[in-house]
Amino acid sequence: MFSTTFRRTLAAGALALAAAMVQASPLEAFCGFYVAKADAKLFNKASKVVVARHGERTAVTMASDYQGDPKEFGLVIPVPTVVTRDQIKVVDNATVDHLDAYTAPRLVEYRDPDPCRRPEVAAFDGRLTMRMQAAGPAPAARERAKALGVKIEAEYTVGEYDIVLLSATQSDGLATWLTESGYKIPEGAATVLGSYIKQGMRFFLAKVNLQEQAKSGATYLRPIQVTYETPKFMLPIRLGTVNAGGPQDMIVLMLTEKGRVETTNYRTVRIPSNVEIPTYTKTDFGKVYTAMFDAQVKKDDMRLVYLEYAWDMGWCDPCAADPVPNDKLVSLGATWIKTADATPSSPQPGGPQLRRLPPGGSNVFATRLHVRYDAKNFPEDLAFQETADRQNFQGRYILRHPFTGDATCPAGEDYRRSLSVRFDREAAALANLTGWDMADIKRRMAEGGQKAP
Amino acid sequence: MRTNPSLPRFYRPGGDPRLYQIATLSVLLAYGLAALSFDQAPAHVALLLSTAMAVEWFGRLIEGRPFDPLSPLITALSLSILLRASAPMYLAVGALLAIASKFLIRVNGKHVFNPANFAIAVLLVCSDCAWVSPGQWGATTAAAFAFASMAGLVLGRARRADTAAAFLLVWAAILLGRAVWLGDPLAIPLKQMQSGAMLLFAFFMITDPRTTPDRRVARLLYAALVACLAAWIQFVLWRPEALIYALFVASPLVPMLDRVMPVADPGRRFQWTRPVLD
Repeated sequence: MFSTTFRRTLAAGALALAAAMVQASPLEAFCGFYVAKADAKLFNKASKVVVARHGERTAVTMASDYQGDPKEFGLVIPVPTVVTRDQIKVVDNATVDHLDAYTAPRLVEYRDPDPCRRPEVAAFDGRLTMRMQAAGPAPAARERAKALGVKIEAEYTVGEYDIVLLSATQSDGLATWLTESGYKIPEGAATVLGSYIKQGMRFFLAKVNLQEQAKSGATYLRPIQVTYETPKFMLPIRLGTVNAGGPQDMIVLMLTEKGRVETTNYRTVRIPSNVEIPTYTKTDFGKVYTAMFDAQVKKDDMRLVYLEYAWDMGWCDPCAADPVPNDKLVSLGATWIKTADATPSSPQPGGPQLRRLPPGGSNVFATRLHVRYDAKNFPEDLAFQETADRQNFQGRYILRHPFTGDATCPAGEDYRRSLSVRFDREAAALANLTGWDMADIKRRMAEGGQKAP
Repeated sequence: MRTNPSLPRFYRPGGDPRLYQIATLSVLLAYGLAALSFDQAPAHVALLLSTAMAVEWFGRLIEGRPFDPLSPLITALSLSILLRASAPMYLAVGALLAIASKFLIRVNGKHVFNPANFAIAVLLVCSDCAWVSPGQWGATTAAAFAFASMAGLVLGRARRADTAAAFLLVWAAILLGRAVWLGDPLAIPLKQMQSGAMLLFAFFMITDPRTTPDRRVARLLYAALVACLAAWIQFVLWRPEALIYALFVASPLVPMLDRVMPVADPGRRFQWTRPVLD
């Protein structure tokens, strides 16, 4: 999304998402406990951004998992207005991670009941956590700016970042200034900068202040948050696509009051959901989901934006992580929440758990959008609108473990016969979602015990 | 086609362009529901259809005219394609507003607002109730071509291709001009011109013969004005529903344009069954 151009790195918001494992913890209620483990990086070149919007007030929190030398880090983001010192802050990684985990596509697990007894569902839930860290910047502004038509509107040090706000009158001057200040601007970026200049946008630059970073003791870069008032409900992605080495992923976590957010200049669709897939995928859900996302993008010619989650933050079912407390949501920009304490969603100790708050809900609605983009298929910046749609949706995939007891009654016979049809259906569903080879899926199912008797 | 004057007009072969319009809108709606997963339940479509029909029937009853299902059908189909609501009640209100506006807001016997446009613009004021999804069609060349082909049939019959062409030309010029000024790649205006929502508007909403000026020159002016207004709303006020608002705001100008630029023979006003003017 953002042009994080610096030295060699950062093909724009090059933030990778890692899937972190969450320990299973048993639950009594209907949505069970977590089992899924996904430790690998899920999507390469993925950036993650939280946007909290209320009226025209917009708080954008940008996170990256930049792992290189902090000296090399630089971030260039077009912003619609000048922002003051108190409109910029640094947010804890954990807060963004928490929202990410909470809204991530999830694996739900059920065990078939004994067909000879009354049905009773035991459930599990797997979750996928995306982990990210923020990207960081480098040096500051110079006198030469004026001669180049660049105006340094403000300079701040916020957390471990040195931040510069620029306005400019001409793109070449700005490109020169950025280059001279140590930002490595990809070829062709000047044109895009020029477009933003004419649209009246300012530029938000961040580099890492090494002393501040040393003081804080943090080994990673924290997400930066910028808040401003603007009618433009958009995210600039164009700088990031200039000379990018291939498509990039972005996960946009929207917090609004009214309802679901969608893109207005690209089609937003729901990711395939509520599909039963073979149980062997339990330990490898991250791989399943990435393969599924890849296949979906390919099928749609990389033209669409995917909805992965849309839900009232007041409750969840099943919860993929502890509910995000109000104070964390406020720190992400959802300042319209009346009570900024940890209610109504204060987590209990003991790991992820089921929360089913009254369906009346809260006044925060979360939307998770996932887009894979490049300059060819996404030439325009993403424009959004908030809708009045409060229907809940989640990317949810279901494992059903067959009953393994004796079940000698006649119903047990019927049950066993039904299994082979079900296994075929699950294999076909997985093949269809991921494009994986059907024979291979069936072989792995058989190895995992999912084989008709 | 003066085959059998005793038949209702719309049954005469080739007689009424609205039949083509209904067929086209039905195809678009079916495609949207089946292939593009529009957020519109079939039950909601039924609700829109039945409400629109009921209000039309009542309005005609009061006026003492025979019931004609074609016009409310077009309005209900348009609303099904465009309008989304947080509760079915708002869809019913939308259909009611649309048809009622046709009976209640008239100047010189001609209704002022395109019924679907009126209902959507009014409902959007309540942002908790309704929205439109400009992105729902995506933007592909194939879809744009299909839209244009189907629209050609309808507009050819209603003789309102001039309005669509004028709007599209001015809109394209604005998008292209903006891109050139910003130094943007051509891919951006090209993509914007393939927007399904915009094409639907150009071919099926702004071209409504009953709510466009009678004289061709006035229609061309009017279409250009709507395009300029829409550009201002979209690129300055940054509202995604720019086209809807622009037409809504410009509609009251039509009676004025009709007065300033009247048709030579007032008896030759547009009628659906005689769609030949100018």
